[in-house]
Amino acid sequence: MNTINRSGWKPEMGEVDVHAPEDAPTASGDRALNLEEPLIFELRAADGAGKCGVDFDDMPDAMSPGIAKFARKKQVELPALAEPETVRHYTRLSRQNYAIDLGPFPLGSCTMKHNPRLNEAVARLPGFADIHPLQPMDTVQGAYAVIEQLADWLMKLTNMSAVAMSPKAGAHGELCGILAMRAALEARGDAREVILVPESAHGTNPATAAFAGYGVENIPATKDGRVDLEALKARLGPDVAGVMITNPNTCGLFERDMKAISDAVHAAGGLVYCDGANFNAIVGKVRPGDLGVDAMHINLHKTFSTPHGGGGPGSGPVVLSAALAPFAPIPFVRRDDKGRLRMVEERQRPDQAPQSFGRMAAFHGQMGMFTRALTYMLSHGADGLRQVAEDAVLNANYILRSLEDVLDAPYADAGPCMHEALFSDDDLPEGMTTLDIAKGLIDEGFHPMTVYFPLVVHGAMLVEPTETESKAGLDRFINSMRSLAERAKAGDQSLKSAPHFAPRRRMDEARAARKPVLTWKAPPGPAGEPALCELGGS
Amino acid sequence: MTIYFTEDHEWISVEGSTGIVGITDHAQEQLGDITFVELPEVGSDYGKGDSVSVVDSVKAASDVYTPVSGTVTEVNTDLEEQPELVNNDAEGEGWLFKVTLSDKSELEGLMDEDAYKTFLESL
Amino acid sequence: MRYLPLTQTDRSAMLAKIGADDIDALFADVPAEALLKAPVSGLPMHASEMAVERHMKKLAAQNLSAADAPFFLGAGAYRHHIPATVDHIIQRGEFLTAYTPYQPEIAQGTLQVLFEFQTQVARMFGTDIANASMYDGSTACWEAIAMAGRITRRERAVLGPIHPHYVSSAETMARFTGDELVSVGPQLSADAGEDAVIAEIDDKTAAVVVQYPDILGRVPDLAKIADAAHAKGALLIAVVTEPVALGLLESPGSLGADIVVGEGQSLGVGLNFGGPYLGLFGAREKFARQMPGRLCGETVDADGKRGFVLTLSTREQHIRREKATSNICTNSGLCALAFSIHMTLLGGEGLGRLARINHARALTAAERLGAIPGVEVVNEGNFFNEFAVRLAGKDAREVAYALTRRQILGGVSMGRLFPDRPDMAEGLLIAVTETVSDEDIDYLAGALEEELA
Repeated sequence: MNTINRSGWKPEMGEVDVHAPEDAPTASGDRALNLEEPLIFELRAADGAGKCGVDFDDMPDAMSPGIAKFARKKQVELPALAEPETVRHYTRLSRQNYAIDLGPFPLGSCTMKHNPRLNEAVARLPGFADIHPLQPMDTVQGAYAVIEQLADWLMKLTNMSAVAMSPKAGAHGELCGILAMRAALEARGDAREVILVPESAHGTNPATAAFAGYGVENIPATKDGRVDLEALKARLGPDVAGVMITNPNTCGLFERDMKAISDAVHAAGGLVYCDGANFNAIVGKVRPGDLGVDAMHINLHKTFSTPHGGGGPGSGPVVLSAALAPFAPIPFVRRDDKGRLRMVEERQRPDQAPQSFGRMAAFHGQMGMFTRALTYMLSHGADGLRQVAEDAVLNANYILRSLEDVLDAPYADAGPCMHEALFSDDDLPEGMTTLDIAKGLIDEGFHPMTVYFPLVVHGAMLVEPTETESKAGLDRFINSMRSLAERAKAGDQSLKSAPHFAPRRRMDEARAARKPVLTWKAPPGPAGEPALCELGGS
Repeated sequence: MTIYFTEDHEWISVEGSTGIVGITDHAQEQLGDITFVELPEVGSDYGKGDSVSVVDSVKAASDVYTPVSGTVTEVNTDLEEQPELVNNDAEGEGWLFKVTLSDKSELEGLMDEDAYKTFLESL
Repeated sequence: MRYLPLTQTDRSAMLAKIGADDIDALFADVPAEALLKAPVSGLPMHASEMAVERHMKKLAAQNLSAADAPFFLGAGAYRHHIPATVDHIIQRGEFLTAYTPYQPEIAQGTLQVLFEFQTQVARMFGTDIANASMYDGSTACWEAIAMAGRITRRERAVLGPIHPHYVSSAETMARFTGDELVSVGPQLSADAGEDAVIAEIDDKTAAVVVQYPDILGRVPDLAKIADAAHAKGALLIAVVTEPVALGLLESPGSLGADIVVGEGQSLGVGLNFGGPYLGLFGAREKFARQMPGRLCGETVDADGKRGFVLTLSTREQHIRREKATSNICTNSGLCALAFSIHMTLLGGEGLGRLARINHARALTAAERLGAIPGVEVVNEGNFFNEFAVRLAGKDAREVAYALTRRQILGGVSMGRLFPDRPDMAEGLLIAVTETVSDEDIDYLAGALEEELA
């Protein structure tokens, strides 16, 4: 028997206490897969000089005489890490993020749907990723074709006459639409002064109108969460340039009176901007052009699945009515009489774009987002996109009807919701708030919903599941939400200090704002940042 | 010295033709942690009801309207370093600015302490 | 459909739970005449991954990619080698598929990256602070002009020889805001035009906007312009379209720029046919509350652990609405991550080396091209990695086209950039980065020689 278990490995733990004390410290500060990570500036070794994650040939010292006097004396004070350290730094940081790839991300109005990986692969084809925006036009016909094809999809899906492709994100698209409206009004000698915006609108709407030089006034809402058509009509007049309406709106409801709104605004000489942030609810089911809209931006990173990337990049093409089409910004793609695609970059020449309101940004728009969005559209096709809207709306209504008995749902009686379900903290006991439910959801392993927006509902919780969640996934979410609502109603104080299991507890945001620390500074003393060598001294 | 209140939750304490203006304790409580106070420029003239200052909390920015017309003579520079004074003592050390009243009759439209209390209860 | 997890059984069960007869019952608020009964016509139906890939690859194949030709284009978009690590990391789902970090407890990864990014940008620019990114350099440039207007309460800006797309983007906005823009366009000469810019500064000027290096690649004397601007109470905005230059050149902040904006595409992002790119935005600390865009700040959590949050949000549209400093919401988060990873691999020392190599390549190219009869290097001795040549008696736009027929992407013609400036038509802008080999330079020189002969 002398060969039995030579290694000494035994699976059982014997008599020891199997539970570690709750706050047992570790020497490293990490706890198994819960890994802390210092800043790159702190990772830099004291003798970090010479370290680099990129290999170069020997450094040449040629310097042209005209710039020698502007040459820096010391290199930029930034540390480098070798490649393995770099990969590890960012991989460890990534694990402190929640993401769609980990679970539902039901941020209302933000449309966090699955990002297909085919989109990523296509966007990285060298024929798209490694071409310069100012290459001679004959060498980028395929890129122009992507823009043309995407534009065609957008115009057909919305039944609109034209599309401006260059806006960089939704808010930039809003600006594009409002500038086109203003240019059109100015062209008829009637610039006007005010844009009307519902109270429930995204903050970008009033900010955009102000950015474009307009005054902003609120449109009141009806009891059932929609634009008050009569109040709107009463305010219309010769000073009103137009309205900005989100449809479906931020309460998750379709604006039933949209056509009547458009007709009234047009009759008063104004124009209709539609915030298309929620187009994903109606794509393939309703064409905004049929409802009298003059301009609408489309967030490719919402409806058409390009990734949010932790805050961008986005892309915000703007579809335009026939009335606004001549005022669209440059540049845009046009086919010449030989069938070749050209980028129209000038507006001076009368045969080009004489009425265009001008350029909004350098180059031609977010090509990397165009390729992804077109890939997504081709994958779904016209039939699949219709199914996208139907499933998004179905999922949201399923959540609404599965939670309305435990959470206040202010517009539940107003009919079905569209792509998002709105709740409030109205039914919760004194002291229990929307924030507590949101932070409790983090401990349940979900990203919280949008909170405290729209402003028209006190303690709003806006839940947008999107079409890419399965029924089983929704049921898990519903189960957690019901549990949280019940705990809140029972006065469970542990919710007030949630999250308990996330990489960080609630953050002191007042401290951050009172004495902003926006960049890293070396702590004073010998522990501080080592001095960098003179340029060329390594 | 008499203290008056507005429906927008400012207070003004008047002595002679000088007033000291701040936001009420109720207002600071509603706002939560005050993170920054944008103060008016000394020497500038304002009309009653003008927005002269902005009080920021983490998630909100609120305009402060002057309860009376007049010239700003002094601002509470302590708030630049310690905006939390408004939370700690809104109706004392957390004052915002001093103003020379140009029309004392404007005070007649304001509330006294009891009226403001009643007003708060009605909200 | 492969992206939709619901089955027909699921859908029926869910409709039953909701109490709806069919899916269109959920679209009851849509007026019947607006509700489509069938898929939108004129568009294809769904397609397999293989079929879509085939379609898109065909389109990609119609483009001449930079890797397949000697490549010398710049003018605000530069081709640099991007370490493979960058693209690998930005494709991690935890970065790629996260949202703006509104819930800091579960977004410390993104937030710490932004804090590191802000520090990297501020140090490169020589500014106290930097924000978490803008859309691109051109939109950042207008935002800086608008910010200078808020700070100085003036409405006039003087623009030096900056990228013409940046000028026209600013002009579009100024036309609607009522700001006055005075543009001092470039001349096809060695003179960086400091005196012409200074002559336009008056005591109503909010901002002086100078590109560094400028649109012809010349390096202007920023300190001189800063002094002149400050003497009139104006702010100096420096625009950097090629951040690699800052590995070699003194930072704009240290030379007196009050706001520094830039295009960060050179580091980590790639060409992408013009977007998405990365707007960089740095400024003096005292202007923090006038900054546009998101700012990430350090704080602590309830346990006292260090962490990061988006801060000073009361400047932004979702709180201040029509009084916000900007309407920007989504920015260029993932591009900022790419930039930051590339900078982490490089460090200050690596950036310096990269800059030296770029400069040396450009010097070699300028010497070689300048020796060709009919080619004059306009800003000889005064450029970083980009310079202008004058092709005597030739329309450079035609020459650039002729070069592409030889499979060379040989530069950006001034005619493309300045279509209304016949005096610039002979100019060809040539960028030379570390990706350009000696053979590429020989190839371009040989082709130019033949085209001009």
